[in-house]
Amino acid sequence: MDFLTDAAGIKTMTQLALIIDLNVCVGCHACVTSCKEWNTSGWAGPMTDFNPYGEDPTGTFFNRVQTFEIGEYPKTETVHFPKSCLHCEEPPCVPVCPTGASYKREKDGIVLVDYDKCIGCKYCSWACPYGAREIDEKQKVMKKCTLCVDRIYDESLAKNERRPACVMACPTSARLFGDIHDPDSEVSETIRESGGYQLMPEWGSKPANHYLPRRKNRITLHRDELERADNPLKKEGILPEPPSDQKTLDETTSW
Amino acid sequence: MHPAFSVIFLTTLIGVGQGLFLALFTGQFYALAKLLPAQDSQAFYAVGCVLSLGFLLAGLVASFFHLGHPERAWRAMTQWRTSWLSREVIILPITMLFIFLYGLAHFMGWNQPWFVLADGSLPVDTTLVMGMLATFATFLLFICTAMIYASLKFVQEWYNPLTVFNFIFLGGASGFTLAAAFSAYAQANMVSFYGMWAVILTLAALLTRGASLWRNRRLKHKSNLQTAIGIRHNKIQQKAQGSMGGSFNTREFFHHKPEKIVRMVYWFFLLFFFPIPIALLGASYGIESVYLPMLAFVMQYLGLMAERWYFFAEARHPQNLYYQAIA
Repeated sequence: MDFLTDAAGIKTMTQLALIIDLNVCVGCHACVTSCKEWNTSGWAGPMTDFNPYGEDPTGTFFNRVQTFEIGEYPKTETVHFPKSCLHCEEPPCVPVCPTGASYKREKDGIVLVDYDKCIGCKYCSWACPYGAREIDEKQKVMKKCTLCVDRIYDESLAKNERRPACVMACPTSARLFGDIHDPDSEVSETIRESGGYQLMPEWGSKPANHYLPRRKNRITLHRDELERADNPLKKEGILPEPPSDQKTLDETTSW
Repeated sequence: MHPAFSVIFLTTLIGVGQGLFLALFTGQFYALAKLLPAQDSQAFYAVGCVLSLGFLLAGLVASFFHLGHPERAWRAMTQWRTSWLSREVIILPITMLFIFLYGLAHFMGWNQPWFVLADGSLPVDTTLVMGMLATFATFLLFICTAMIYASLKFVQEWYNPLTVFNFIFLGGASGFTLAAAFSAYAQANMVSFYGMWAVILTLAALLTRGASLWRNRRLKHKSNLQTAIGIRHNKIQQKAQGSMGGSFNTREFFHHKPEKIVRMVYWFFLLFFFPIPIALLGASYGIESVYLPMLAFVMQYLGLMAERWYFFAEARHPQNLYYQAIA
């Protein structure tokens, strides 16, 4: 692929991506249902279901929320983990496609499948270490997240609605959408400043989607920070309160 | 990985077909060098090629059952620059074409030399030229088929040159065993020649497949749950995978068989591909029987199918890290 590169050799083309904040995700699956609702009836649909109300329901999804338990009781933590195509910058699924149905758009870096060319050989799904691709058992072609390519450029939609359905649906704003090649974009800043990371970096696929880690805000206070050393009342000999090993006025009298 | 029968039949059947052709051509080469008696062009080489093409065609037909849209299969020829699968799709019919032309040349008796090499001792005729081209294509086909698996770097069980050698030796051995069976059936007096080569190739396959089994047993996987979700903790347990009835991901990448069955297939393939055919082929040296080499081939083919099943079952795809608990 022929990309535009700047003087430092860094690719300057647009690379759209999702940033998913694991610190904020509550695992409500709103992104899953919203994705399914938009895409099953749209350009990338249908996303066929089998036995939706039966014993072994199964079907095509572009986005799934998984849940992991970290640690051992009682020191456990639940992490909800939304998982969809990561739109890798070096997508291993694309070169293996024998028909050219799988491709990465140079314009915005979205990895897509041309359903009319796909022969349903499933080889691309073998070549994705993340399991992001799922074959549609009805239409017999490979399907995956399109980053709502049929929404984000639709000028008939209001500007703030030109975002993927999952991002629109997230009630906690755990999902951000933008161009990670633009250093000043919200997503780039978030990746830099909030510790955004990639999944399975060991395979060199350079996923465009990033995840933000769980974080806990802690503050460390020392005793001398609790008592104000230069309190002016001290200078005048009037103690603002008794030393910490003595009873306070409230404790000694009932007024 | 899920062992799909379409792919098991495809890879094993074309392996046998390729091996059988290589055996036929090796026989012709030995005959040319006057190390073996020349065989009848029509009854031996032409019929042998029909048999080889039959296996290749059966494999090709099996492969279509793997596709969601077989009517678009022709499109798979377009991405040969990057895709080993595309390369295989191109080289398979080319191999079949050259084997067909090789058989046709024998059938039609096109023995008039085009030119003569090595002071008149090596007449190059149509059969020899087509045979050389078909041999070249056959090896390319072996490489393409194996590289489909060996090029997936994160399926670490497959990502190794041993995979390519395994496909060549396992396919070659079964093809030479079939050649021994075929020459016994055709009473071509080549049983011991093909039997010897079949045993040599089977032993070569034992060496490379054994090495890959040994390698896979002590393989350290690069990916783990920590890198998969990016959380640094030694103890991570999946509680839900985003579906309750399974998904494509749980069907395509797991064999869903108990460990006991997997071990059974393992021992079955080790037994039926290696010692049993070798013993049967060895016995056919002493006991002249049409059935011994045939039985050897049937046993070895069953072993080869079991080997291919195990080949898929032993491969652990990193995506499985995300699909450990349904809940």
